[in-house]
Amino acid sequence: MDKLNNQILLNHLVEKFGDQIQNIGEPHGLLTIETSKDSIIEVLQYLKQDAYLKMNFLTDITAVHYPNQPKAFAVVYHVHAMVYNVRLRIKVFIDGENPSIPTATTVYNGANWMERETYDFFGIQFEGHPDLRRILNMDELDVFPMRREYPLEDPNRIDKKDFYFGR
Amino acid sequence: MSKITLAEAPAGVEGAGFFATSLDKAIGLARANSLWPLPFATSCCGIEFMATMGSTYDLARFGAERPSFSPRQADMLLVMGTIAKKMAPVLKQVYLQMAEPRWVIAVGACASSGGIFDTYSVLQGIDEIIPVDVYVPGCPPRPEAILDGVLRLQDIVKTESLNRRNSPEYKELLEKYGIATDNG
Amino acid sequence: MSETITKISSNKPIYVDDDPQDELITLNIGPTHPATHGVFQNVVQMDGERIVSGVSTIGYIHRAFEKIAEHRPFYQITPLTDRLNYCSSPINNMGWHMTVEKLLNIEIPKRVQYMRVIVMELARIADHIICNGILGVDTGAFSGFLYVMQEREFIYEIYEEICGARLTTNIGRIGGFERDFNEVAFAKIEEFLKRFPPVLKEFEEMFTRNRIFIERTSGVAAVTPEEALSYSWSGPILRATGIDYDVRIVDPYCSYEEFDFEIPVGTNGDVYDRFMVRNEEMWQSLRIIEQALEKISKEPKGVFHADVPEFYLPPKEQVYTNMEALIFHFKIVMGEWDTPQSEVYHAVEGANGELGFYLIHDGGRTPYRLHFRRPSFINYQMFAPMSSGMLLSDAILNMSSLNVIAGELDA
Repeated sequence: MDKLNNQILLNHLVEKFGDQIQNIGEPHGLLTIETSKDSIIEVLQYLKQDAYLKMNFLTDITAVHYPNQPKAFAVVYHVHAMVYNVRLRIKVFIDGENPSIPTATTVYNGANWMERETYDFFGIQFEGHPDLRRILNMDELDVFPMRREYPLEDPNRIDKKDFYFGR
Repeated sequence: MSKITLAEAPAGVEGAGFFATSLDKAIGLARANSLWPLPFATSCCGIEFMATMGSTYDLARFGAERPSFSPRQADMLLVMGTIAKKMAPVLKQVYLQMAEPRWVIAVGACASSGGIFDTYSVLQGIDEIIPVDVYVPGCPPRPEAILDGVLRLQDIVKTESLNRRNSPEYKELLEKYGIATDNG
Repeated sequence: MSETITKISSNKPIYVDDDPQDELITLNIGPTHPATHGVFQNVVQMDGERIVSGVSTIGYIHRAFEKIAEHRPFYQITPLTDRLNYCSSPINNMGWHMTVEKLLNIEIPKRVQYMRVIVMELARIADHIICNGILGVDTGAFSGFLYVMQEREFIYEIYEEICGARLTTNIGRIGGFERDFNEVAFAKIEEFLKRFPPVLKEFEEMFTRNRIFIERTSGVAAVTPEEALSYSWSGPILRATGIDYDVRIVDPYCSYEEFDFEIPVGTNGDVYDRFMVRNEEMWQSLRIIEQALEKISKEPKGVFHADVPEFYLPPKEQVYTNMEALIFHFKIVMGEWDTPQSEVYHAVEGANGELGFYLIHDGGRTPYRLHFRRPSFINYQMFAPMSSGMLLSDAILNMSSLNVIAGELDA
């Protein structure tokens, strides 16, 4: 069989999932696809278990906030076929109101903390996650600080008032 | 020839066979040259503290031979690194567990003022929760700077009056931080 | 705006010991504990000497790097990367520069790439020295740590020659280096290549065949390759399980494909193997530095950055005297150059594993989103599950051999 490359990988995915695979791109040589909330776990499972693709390494899970879009959150998965050095980026756009997506911990153990971090920063609910708690921020925090509407600095501080700087 | 140098005697009256000075100064001299550090190292500055304790810079030369990891037996709290708001109560508890007299050095920009991390999750300087005696600037400070900070603290310790820890001013200072005092 | 942002945390207990019949003991390890080498907390339930279950709590120095990065132009993000894994900050600096260069399609001259390789391999040695030295301390051998720390100071001296800083180096710029390595720097690197091998030899002789060390580490916290992969492990601890995954080989950057070096792998994935893998990697790093010096000597002298005036700050004396340089300086600082709208993932082999930068850029002055794939964070999540059933003293060794750096863990 041929050595896996982006084109072969894409053919496999399109053959298996058809129009569930959308918006195909290749920024800087890294194959990027979009799929839906319903099929993401199937896609990950297929990539991991297929005897030829062997994409057994979950590099990363994170999210991006696009407040001006109706589907305001993109959950981004990076998976890697170490044997062939082919990486794949999968994006899933989800609703901004009550963002939720099935958990990938059923496929990869390593997804556990990555999803907790994403929940902590963006408030995305990973359905079926065994232990979805805040991880980096303190438990009492009631905002999701990486959402774009929240400022970087502590907004309630008094020591930075203009008064102290003669303004 | 021995390389050991003796600590300088405090000011006093000297005559044939006697030396008179105040108790404050004698005790201050003893305290200053046997400070037991408690390294509260959280991040980058902690690595520089390792270098300070290590063979090249050797903090032990200044009487801080024994790093105490138990707050009960330490009298110099060295806070090195960023203190997040999640960490703040832990730091305060460590401070409360130390016995009087206790001194605090804030090592590095983060401990002194939050440093480059002006963010929602970082405490903007440990002096928001505990009183600080010496600030050491730098991100991270070089080991020489940390040593200098310890020497400055020794100056403070040498000249501190024995009554200070019982004074109403000191009590007021601690109360400002919400720390109850029990020694008068 | 929420009030909780201003508040400091109130600590809540994880296990409640209110059952007098309960025979398990709750033990807090951390957040500030001499055996954890950093601020993270593990609350474990103990049955005698054995750990029954444990919960890891992290985030004690969460500093919001990713949020800060959304508010800083590219060149101001370099100091942030210093503070990720502060034991080997040059690797993080270089990784970030390469990410931006990939985004901007900047071609880097060969000489600069070799200079980068030297700096990165020095950093790898410095990091492994800490990890293996501390592992020795935790098994009760303090002297080895003191031997190698002296050499680490020498690596700091080389950094100082190159960039002026010791720990948080901020080495290099986007497009190359801020200045050429001077004669002293090259001389010091050569001296390091001579003086480090005997020390490392002595260090490894203290441990590799030491009966006490072997008994303490061999077979402790053994991990199968399947488990390691499913937890997304990378770096020396993955290689200790027998998988030869190294970003330098699999996905070469910075001309690593031109170098002749080997990837050490272990067989059991236990603490002893991790120690040996790191130890051998130091030898391989020395080989790489030697080759890089040789390659540099064949390249034209004096090249230390790419010719990209629109992204590489001009020298200060030119800014004050030359109109063109002033314009470039102004435009770079104000972020007025057109940058492509794109997204890029770039990975380097950090000292602890695959250090990835996922950058989404919308053409503005600052990144739209920057995510760090931090190996310490991902490697550490297996610690609590794998500690169940382990002796407490073994769990401490396991923790030091994972080499979790708090700055990288919490971002």
